[in-house]
Amino acid sequence: MTDIGEPQPRKKPQRGSSRVRMGVYGVAGILLLVAVWELYKWLGPTGGVVLWGTRVLPRTSDLAMPHVWDMIVRMAEPVTRAASANPLWLQVALAALVTLGIAAVGWLVGIVVGIGLALVMQRWRLAESAVLPWVILSQTIPLIAFAPVVRSWGSRIEIGAFAWQDWMSVALIASYLAFFPVAVGALRGLQSPDTIHTELMHSYAASWWTTMRKLRFPAAVPYLLPALRLAAANAVIGAVVAEVSTGLQGGIGRLIIQYAGQASGDPAKAWGPMFGAIALGLVAAGSVALLGVILSKYRRAEATT
Amino acid sequence: MTSADSTPRDAARDAAVTIANVDKTFATREGEVHALKDVSLTVAAGEFVSLIGPSGCGKSTLLRLVADLDQPTAGAVRVFGKPARQARVDQDYGIAFQQSGLLPWRTVRGNIELPLELHRDGPHGADAASRRSRAAELIELVGLGEFAEKYPDQLSGGMQQRVAIARAIAEKPNLLLMDEPFGALDEMTREYLQSELLRIAAETGAAVVFVTHSIPEAVYLSDRVVVMSPRPGRIEAIIDMKLGATEQRTDAIREDVAFFEMVTAVRESLHRGSPPTGSIPARDLAAREGRSA
Repeated sequence: MTDIGEPQPRKKPQRGSSRVRMGVYGVAGILLLVAVWELYKWLGPTGGVVLWGTRVLPRTSDLAMPHVWDMIVRMAEPVTRAASANPLWLQVALAALVTLGIAAVGWLVGIVVGIGLALVMQRWRLAESAVLPWVILSQTIPLIAFAPVVRSWGSRIEIGAFAWQDWMSVALIASYLAFFPVAVGALRGLQSPDTIHTELMHSYAASWWTTMRKLRFPAAVPYLLPALRLAAANAVIGAVVAEVSTGLQGGIGRLIIQYAGQASGDPAKAWGPMFGAIALGLVAAGSVALLGVILSKYRRAEATT
Repeated sequence: MTSADSTPRDAARDAAVTIANVDKTFATREGEVHALKDVSLTVAAGEFVSLIGPSGCGKSTLLRLVADLDQPTAGAVRVFGKPARQARVDQDYGIAFQQSGLLPWRTVRGNIELPLELHRDGPHGADAASRRSRAAELIELVGLGEFAEKYPDQLSGGMQQRVAIARAIAEKPNLLLMDEPFGALDEMTREYLQSELLRIAAETGAAVVFVTHSIPEAVYLSDRVVVMSPRPGRIEAIIDMKLGATEQRTDAIREDVAFFEMVTAVRESLHRGSPPTGSIPARDLAAREGRSA
């Protein structure tokens, strides 16, 4: 009767060592990229590699490919020669924070809209077949095309004391990219409970909303977390691109364009905001990973199957 | 310990379940499937009745009709004198399936507290403290004391099923519906849990409708065994078990001559499709009311 008294042995993966190994691999990947960059810069032809009239690999000049250490050193130097100028890294960090804030607003709006749509689609099958194609179609519209439209429509909105701000256009566009994975992931997650669980809730005479709270939302967490991560990355990309195409000041998107224009005189400077954009994406994805740790008890099924 | 505070059985004379001339057809792509045909059955309060038969005989469908998870095409299902739907809304029954159906993100305690949480106006549901103490009581009852804070994936199949049973009886229902709850377990665990179930049934005084395809299981547990046959599903025979009162039945009965006789009676009825000695025709059911312990 051992089966009755003994719990199943827990399959406990060796978390600690595998995490260290993943960290080592991550650092090694970055070093490899740096090595390839510098090796090509050192050994590659000065004019780049041209095939059938198209340059497939860049020139190796300091103008086109600054040394990695030059980029890093440049980060510590002031933005301009003015005495009051901030160091480049600070300027980039401040701009990244502005963009992060806008992207976060877009992300939250995207989550609300995405989960709202998923709830409607889960509740009424008709809504699923009516709405889902539009949700998918919405993502085929090129961002560059409708960003200026959003801005010009937004600038005409004025309700009482509320006036549409330019950053809201950017947040709206970010949310437009963010809602899609949330809607699709949440719908799958809300539909994921087994028949036995839904019938159990039915036998408890639980209402639709109670079933949502006690069964469908918790069951949706393993589907929702990757969707939220994707949404975070999308919101950052959406915010950066929208900043560029609407010409919004203060964010990292604007900085990328501005410093790229100065690249002929200061090639390493242009890479600053790019590193900033990468860091932005990592912070966004990392916050979602943190959310995953907080919600880990809802991911047990994920861990065991 | 629970028998003392279980619901008084004033309504003992009322039937727990009355199934009258029930038909059930399912529309499938290949046409209509006649799952149940003219089924009538009465389960007295406190009585343990097993439904047995080959797959496709509609025994699970019949249980689902009682639970109001499906509705009959014709005929009526009443639970404690109420329509099945009302009985479900009133939480007159507890249910357990072949799969335990535990929520993986809730601990043993959390799973058992779920029905109590959902029915704040029910017994033991009012506040967190009373839910907790009821859950602790149930965890002791099914012998999982040390595992209260474990998650389902840390338990064996038998332990999970015991949690499911504890959850089913959490609100002290007068009727327990069980659809092959031990079907996926090994023989050792199965026999152990059968004895546990008998003990729990005796302690709570609840009527049990138990679906199984194991003859010894049906014989060991039941006051009556309902033998069903397929295509269309109907009641072939209802066989009285004479193995003594629920609370007196012990593991030793499995080796008793009477036990083997009952097993033979059920087996013959299943195989021949005709009622052997000891059975009573379904139409005499009315006379059987009030026979419960």
